[in-house]
Amino acid sequence: MSKKLIVLFLGLIPLLCTCFSPDTPSDRRVLVLLDDFAIKSSHSIFFNNLKSRGFDLDFKLAHDPTISLQRYGQYLYDALILFSPSIERFGGSIDAAAILDFVDSGHDLIVAASSNASDLIREIATECGVDFDEDSSAMVIDHSGYAVSATEGDHTLIASDDFIKSDVILGKEKIKAPVLFQGIGHSLNPSNSLVLKVLSASPSAYSANPSSKLTSPPSLTGTSISLVSVVQARNNARILISGSLSMFSNRFFQSDVQKAGSPTKHDKSGNEQFLTELSKWVFHERGHLKAVNVKHHKIGEVEEPALYRINDDLEYSVELYEWSGKDWEPYVANDVQVQFYMMSPYVLKTLSTDSKGYYFTSFKVPDVYGVFQFKVEYERLGYTSLSLSKQIPVRPFRHNEYERFIPAAYPYYGAAFSMMAGFFIFTAVHLYHK
Amino acid sequence: MAASDAHKGDVSMRNAFGSVLAFLILLLIGVLAFSIRLFSVIKYESVIHEFDPYFNYRVTQFLTKNGIYDFWNWFDDRTWYPLGRVIGGTVYPGLTLTAGTLYWLLNSLNIPLSVETVCVFTAPIFSAFASWATYLLTKEVKGVGAGLTAAALLAMVPSYISRSVAGSYDNEAVAIFALIFTFYLYLKTLNTGSLFYATLNSLSYFYMVCSWGGYTFIINLIPMHVLLCIVTGRYSSRLYIAYAPLVVLGTLLAALVPVVGFNAVMTSEHFASFLVFIIIHVVALVYYIKGILSPKMFKVALALVVSVGLAVCFAMVAVLIALVASSPTKGWSGRSLSLLDPTYASKYIPIIASVSEHQPPTWPSYFMDINVLAFLIPAGIIACFSPLSDASSFVVLYIVLSVYFSGVMVRLMLVLAPAACILSGIALSQAFDVFTRSIKFQLPSLSDHSHIDAGDASSENVVLDDTIKTDKSEDTPKERTTKRSKKKEKEPVEKPPSKSQLKKRLSVLPFEASIVAVFLLVLLVAFYVVHCVWAAAEAYSAPSIVLTSHSNDGLHVFDDFREAYAWLSHNTDVDDKVASWWDYGYQTTAMANRTVIVDNNTWNNTHIATVGTAMSSPEKAAWEIFHSLDVKYVLVVFGGLVGYPSDDINKFLWMVRIGGGVFPHIKEPDYLRDDGKAFDRVRRTEIGKKYFKLTHFEEVFTTHHWMVRIYKLKPPKNRIRGKNKRSKSKTSSTTTSKRKGTRRNPF
Repeated sequence: MSKKLIVLFLGLIPLLCTCFSPDTPSDRRVLVLLDDFAIKSSHSIFFNNLKSRGFDLDFKLAHDPTISLQRYGQYLYDALILFSPSIERFGGSIDAAAILDFVDSGHDLIVAASSNASDLIREIATECGVDFDEDSSAMVIDHSGYAVSATEGDHTLIASDDFIKSDVILGKEKIKAPVLFQGIGHSLNPSNSLVLKVLSASPSAYSANPSSKLTSPPSLTGTSISLVSVVQARNNARILISGSLSMFSNRFFQSDVQKAGSPTKHDKSGNEQFLTELSKWVFHERGHLKAVNVKHHKIGEVEEPALYRINDDLEYSVELYEWSGKDWEPYVANDVQVQFYMMSPYVLKTLSTDSKGYYFTSFKVPDVYGVFQFKVEYERLGYTSLSLSKQIPVRPFRHNEYERFIPAAYPYYGAAFSMMAGFFIFTAVHLYHK
Repeated sequence: MAASDAHKGDVSMRNAFGSVLAFLILLLIGVLAFSIRLFSVIKYESVIHEFDPYFNYRVTQFLTKNGIYDFWNWFDDRTWYPLGRVIGGTVYPGLTLTAGTLYWLLNSLNIPLSVETVCVFTAPIFSAFASWATYLLTKEVKGVGAGLTAAALLAMVPSYISRSVAGSYDNEAVAIFALIFTFYLYLKTLNTGSLFYATLNSLSYFYMVCSWGGYTFIINLIPMHVLLCIVTGRYSSRLYIAYAPLVVLGTLLAALVPVVGFNAVMTSEHFASFLVFIIIHVVALVYYIKGILSPKMFKVALALVVSVGLAVCFAMVAVLIALVASSPTKGWSGRSLSLLDPTYASKYIPIIASVSEHQPPTWPSYFMDINVLAFLIPAGIIACFSPLSDASSFVVLYIVLSVYFSGVMVRLMLVLAPAACILSGIALSQAFDVFTRSIKFQLPSLSDHSHIDAGDASSENVVLDDTIKTDKSEDTPKERTTKRSKKKEKEPVEKPPSKSQLKKRLSVLPFEASIVAVFLLVLLVAFYVVHCVWAAAEAYSAPSIVLTSHSNDGLHVFDDFREAYAWLSHNTDVDDKVASWWDYGYQTTAMANRTVIVDNNTWNNTHIATVGTAMSSPEKAAWEIFHSLDVKYVLVVFGGLVGYPSDDINKFLWMVRIGGGVFPHIKEPDYLRDDGKAFDRVRRTEIGKKYFKLTHFEEVFTTHHWMVRIYKLKPPKNRIRGKNKRSKSKTSSTTTSKRKGTRRNPF
């Protein structure tokens, strides 16, 4: 009977299971596609950082005809880094659709564009919900938030410190220095719930061609410009899209930074910390939840029943863990809720926790029969979404489970029996009196 | 004295012979009733037919596996997802229990038949029982001869065959037997005044209540007859005994059936019986008082009682009306209301009107379903009036009411059929009686001899046609006499026999005319037999789950339904939900064993309207509705390729109407537009939209003849696209290349 109670992961959770092995959801093998191998050395700090965290990087030229993402239907890599903003066409069997399929089967992606971003890169970004400025020569310019440098430039080198407020995505340690950014901006559709603005431009920024005079109002202005965005797809694949390739470079990592109008001068830009933490998130070293041991049973019993009766008292429990990069640690929160759901939630309860990942609650089954579900829909900023549902029928009383002798009916019992007795006496008298 | 003794011996000898013959004939009628219904098994296979029988079959399986208590408490979580259905409390258990008992009996006798076999053959077995019950009932009205004729007619009446061929495992199969048997016991009680039969009658009524919702016909017809008897001054203690125990015991027993429960005392369908129950007591009291009072005193008492009685009656009626008017449907269920007002359902309840068997019948369906009986009924009515007895007045009332009801709903043709058979049986047997008697009296050489020779002579004319008919025409005159003689002893009210004997001699027809008339009658009956066999073999034997069609290149078998259900049961998860229009709900749960959203038990109009709305909504809205119901697959029936007319497009406007009844944004006129170019072979019209691509659904299975197509709901998109227009034109090419599954052509 327990077969009937299958945990139904909504959406693409089954797909997810095939991609992330349940024990280690972090990525291991990463393919890095470059415009040319010079990037390998000019961005070596970022790459070495990844290597030191145990990633196996495979550098390939983007137009290399031998590259492929999958062989015999198996993906060769867990993640993909596209540091080839100018590529018009990938080599080998890779095209935009292949990359999107790679994402749709639960793998992660980092895309860095630059001012010369090709249509291909823009297309991939658009498919992920990120719209780069359509003007191909436009860059983000900020005349008040630029980074002070030795030469008075065109203010396309921006020092931004407008981060998303999420410890899960950017780590617990606060990023003190602003992040240097030079590249193109993009906008997000506010109704798109999957994409998040991680680093946004200041209110004075706008997107235009720095070398020509501004004739018409720029299409992207102010804080609606996103510099770096992340996407968490419905299957929990994560995508990082940045308008600047150079923000990953050693030069930006190591340079000092002083934001215009700010007296403090930082010895080192925030780029390294920002991108390291962000890459940890993208590669599922942080913010990845799992739920195990979803259990429910009647109070006082241990076995999971095949169905409940209305007004039963039951206990529900689930264990939640978060991946720390090395092992699963208990996830602690006080806002996990369970629904007892049939077309609409009949019971909605916040689960209590013992701070060791064990969440539990108990409640009474409502006085309604039907096929219910235990539903846990847990979606928090930065965390993978948890969607558990477990089907359980609730039956009405059996015919012999109702009360037999209700006090209110005693007058009727009395009437019936006195009637019977009276009829008996009447019959006896009528038949034998004469 | 010696001569009369010899005569007596002769008569009793003939009686014994006649009884044996009647028994043999009844046996043959039973065999006929059973075997004429086997065409479906021979021509197709031993399967359950149609839609409802699959549900009954599934319930029977559950019953035989889990026992009666689990059946009573059964909460089915595989239909009406996510509401579920309390089957134990919402099903008429008579049929299931009958077949379950049969199964249990056979298996305990070490006859290992499967549940399916028992279910397939339940209906033919019970039609044999029904024809025997018809014999008993007609015998109570007009004697053995009429009984045998009526039984033979009922054994093969097409209307009844349509609902009781082998495999048609539906409530009506046993309910018609229960209906006729209840009427028989009522008449038996009425004729004998025996409390024993009255109790049996209540039990039989209980069985009927268990079996079919049509029991309300009994509980309205019998009170009407009682009222008729009272009004026509035929009140007797026998009438009281026939009626009062039935109401008391019958209502108590009916309330025991979970699906009826308190309805037995609370809905308007039952009020007539209680009203008549009161009236018969008042009348009984009046007769009693009349018996003990002097005529003068009685007049005074009468005035008193009438005035008091009227006051009480008015009070009762006022209370009743107030009660009834306080309920929204005036206490009547939709189906009953549509009986009284044929336009009610089509006006207010699309879900009732959408069922084809709830439509009024067309004229041809009368000729199809009762054939020559339609002409014999008036003759039977006349025969019932000469002389009019309690029993024959009941039969007349029965036919009048059932003709009306059958005119309202095709389905109730089934109730008309037994009445038609009874009256036609009476008519035929009376006619044969008259004609053969005429022949007998005028045969010069045989006039002095006994009746048997006359019978033989008449039978020789007929022998070529049909054995059963021969038997009947042979035995009719004799049985008439035995019946007469029996009646002599029992009912002194009847006219003295000598007078009737005298009348017989006077009402003699010319010899040649009699011969011709007999011949014509036999011809008529022969046509009826031919028609019935044709109807059983061709018209009513198709199981509808398997379809066949004859064309130039031979026989085509369309087994697409079972193909689709088998695909579902093998390729989908056990807990997957399948949405389809409600017609296919029972079959999906029974054959594919998958959870369905709605099924043929249309108890929740809103739920059906939700599915109707989903079916008639644009793709995205439909996806959202189905997704909210956890639907994984959508099953649609498409007849456009092979010309199967009753597909989902045929039902589509009903989906719109039913959906629109609950969700007003669905409006029928929006769906009535003609701008088509493609061609639909069923409706011989062009299809409106062609070459469309589905984005929220994908086709996963199509059967061999495209009749059933199963679509799967796609999961929500993994990513949400941006809105950059420039790259849109380019991406469209990539997204289309990703779509899989180009349609294969099965031919």
